[in-house]
Amino acid sequence: MDIDTFRSETRAWLEANCPAEMRTPMGEDDICWGGRTFEFRSPAQKQWLKVMAAKGWTVPAWPKAYGGGGLTGDEQKVLTEEMHRINARPPLQSFGIWMLGPALLQFGTEAQKRHYLPQIARGEIRWCQGYSEPCAGSDLAGLQTKGVDTGVHFEVTGQKIWTSYADQADWIFCLVRTEPDERKHTGISFLLFDMQSDGVSTKPIKLISGASPFCETFFDAVKVPKDQIVGERGQGWTIAKYLLTHEREMIGASDSALFAKSDLAEDAVSAIGLDETGRLDDPMLRADLGQFLIDEICFDAHLEMTGAYMRAGHELGARSAELKYLGTELNKRRQSLRVAAGGSDDLVWEGTANDAGQVAKDWLRSKANTIEGGTSEVMLSILSKAVLKLPG
Amino acid sequence: MELLSEDQQLIADSATGFLRAGHSIAAFRALRETGDTANIAILPELAKMGWMGIVVPEELGGIGLGYRAAGLIAEELGRNLTVSPFVSSAILAGTALSTSNSQAQKIWAPKVAAGEAVLALALDETAKHRPDRVVTKVTGEADGLKLNGRKTYVVDGGFADRLVVTAKRGDDLCLLLVDPLAAGVTLTSQVMLDSRNAATVVLEDVAVRDADILAQGQAAERALAKTLAAGRAVAATEQLGIAKAAADQTYDYLRTRKQFGVHIGQLQALQHRAAELYCELAQVSSLIAAALNALDSDSADVETLTRAAKAKMARVGQQATEEGVQMHGGIGMTDEMDLGLFMKRDRALAEFLGDAGHHTEWLLRQRGI
Repeated sequence: MDIDTFRSETRAWLEANCPAEMRTPMGEDDICWGGRTFEFRSPAQKQWLKVMAAKGWTVPAWPKAYGGGGLTGDEQKVLTEEMHRINARPPLQSFGIWMLGPALLQFGTEAQKRHYLPQIARGEIRWCQGYSEPCAGSDLAGLQTKGVDTGVHFEVTGQKIWTSYADQADWIFCLVRTEPDERKHTGISFLLFDMQSDGVSTKPIKLISGASPFCETFFDAVKVPKDQIVGERGQGWTIAKYLLTHEREMIGASDSALFAKSDLAEDAVSAIGLDETGRLDDPMLRADLGQFLIDEICFDAHLEMTGAYMRAGHELGARSAELKYLGTELNKRRQSLRVAAGGSDDLVWEGTANDAGQVAKDWLRSKANTIEGGTSEVMLSILSKAVLKLPG
Repeated sequence: MELLSEDQQLIADSATGFLRAGHSIAAFRALRETGDTANIAILPELAKMGWMGIVVPEELGGIGLGYRAAGLIAEELGRNLTVSPFVSSAILAGTALSTSNSQAQKIWAPKVAAGEAVLALALDETAKHRPDRVVTKVTGEADGLKLNGRKTYVVDGGFADRLVVTAKRGDDLCLLLVDPLAAGVTLTSQVMLDSRNAATVVLEDVAVRDADILAQGQAAERALAKTLAAGRAVAATEQLGIAKAAADQTYDYLRTRKQFGVHIGQLQALQHRAAELYCELAQVSSLIAAALNALDSDSADVETLTRAAKAKMARVGQQATEEGVQMHGGIGMTDEMDLGLFMKRDRALAEFLGDAGHHTEWLLRQRGI
């Protein structure tokens, strides 16, 4: 189908099928994560997921055989543009879509793909990611959670931390040290298991924003059937690195609520007002906004170019660290400017006024952007070695 | 990360080959020694390759390959610090001529494209770029028009065959051609910090014929807007070439210089600064490419993108050259190294056609704040 026909058909389909309530701006609470225990916030949210999943458009890039839309790069771009045009919310967001899916597509067996991917596409199973540990943060490959081969199972014991939404997840994809005699990077395997298994427990961590999106996750002799390994034994780090690359591209380019773009200029004017020359009545904030707006235009252009580059069939590789670094540092500035523009109004924390401090909460949340998925400093170290080829 | 058409790739290859071979930084140093700020000898060579007519349409004697292609040349000019009237004559005058419809256009566009004449834009009147505050004026009746005013930072004005002057005629903006040898024109040629030429020009009762007027009124506003947009984007591209060259020399130094018994590139403090510079260069490259593409497609965001590109490149150019000197240490301060040459040229281009503050202010106004 030529791309113009695809566009007009997509536009008509979205017009007919996207409920009006799914065309309004969304906060973090409005995200549809799917999963066994997910409670839809409205019938419209449930309907929107259903029709999009039936089209394969919760995961438009995946092959149709695995529940995807089988769209080409150009078609995906059109779908995104058409959804933006009507402010359509993403029907489903999940670590299954962002992380596990791409790993399975690359490293999974055919049976694993046919079993797990359609469940992700339909939002039936919600996944969490078991990577970081208390003693393995930036030095992720130093992880100690162990998986002992008992013949039929890996018996998994240890602790993970910063496991996003572990308390609400159905399954986990988890890095586990199964080869204790191998070296640091080659002793790790990539295991999948049900969070309802005996021996799994979770404990939410309260953050400075007041929310608890992350958990501590404990494993006490959890029995994981040996066919629930992705790739080979000891190949976990390779898969994890592949996924981190993917995650960084995604965080950098994110469309998610974390990076929801408000119109900073408009917000600032409504909060502060203009002086008699028609300029924002706060010259220093205005100057900071000016620099920010230039940098935002610049980063948007870079995302656009990078997208075109990847659609032309090129791999980004280590350069995903560049997007992650730039995108997250920029978002921190965006959130700082938003909260500064609001002045004391944005210090309101509780109650119904001022959206219960949402701007301040977003600002605090954004501080994690340059930590999660690899810190800015780790990104710069990756770039200095992999791209600039600096020594050591 | 360049996604180029076949024509553009050919231009990129010939720019790299031609400039690195015969017009490298060593050639720039030789010109500086002899006090040659014009390098007029390069003009026939540039014209032969079609570069002087790169944005001039074929029917006016150019090759009309557009601004993205022009950027590929400008980036190499920056990298090699090549002295040439490419930005002043091929881009600024070339665009002004191509977007005006007048008798003067038919005469001068082919000459510019053929390298038979150099035209320089006489626009600024104050130390800061304020293109909308033109005091220079044309007065009198047809066939007895007089031009009065003062222009500054007329880049390449010292050896130009004609000046493209902005002036007011009543409330109308005018773009007109002035012969620097004409009666009433006092031109003072200056050597600038980048060893290039810029002139100040005093205009006293200079006689203007109707045929000298390139455009007037709304046509002049349109032509000037496109000219400045093109100039900004291409000047920023030259700066990008400079910044990349400074960064490359710096990365090389980090790989080879030893202190404390290790290569200094092993020190995380320097690694991170180098990588940060790399990220900034990567994103500003994309912005500049987007600005050049917007000029080629005449898209609605030409103003925003070219101004953002100029403003952003001013900051990244400064970062690249300053980090280059700092990471080289003392030797970076010597004239023997190229870093100082990069820094000086970068500084001139950062000011040329509006600095970061100028274009950021425009954006803020445009966003209603």
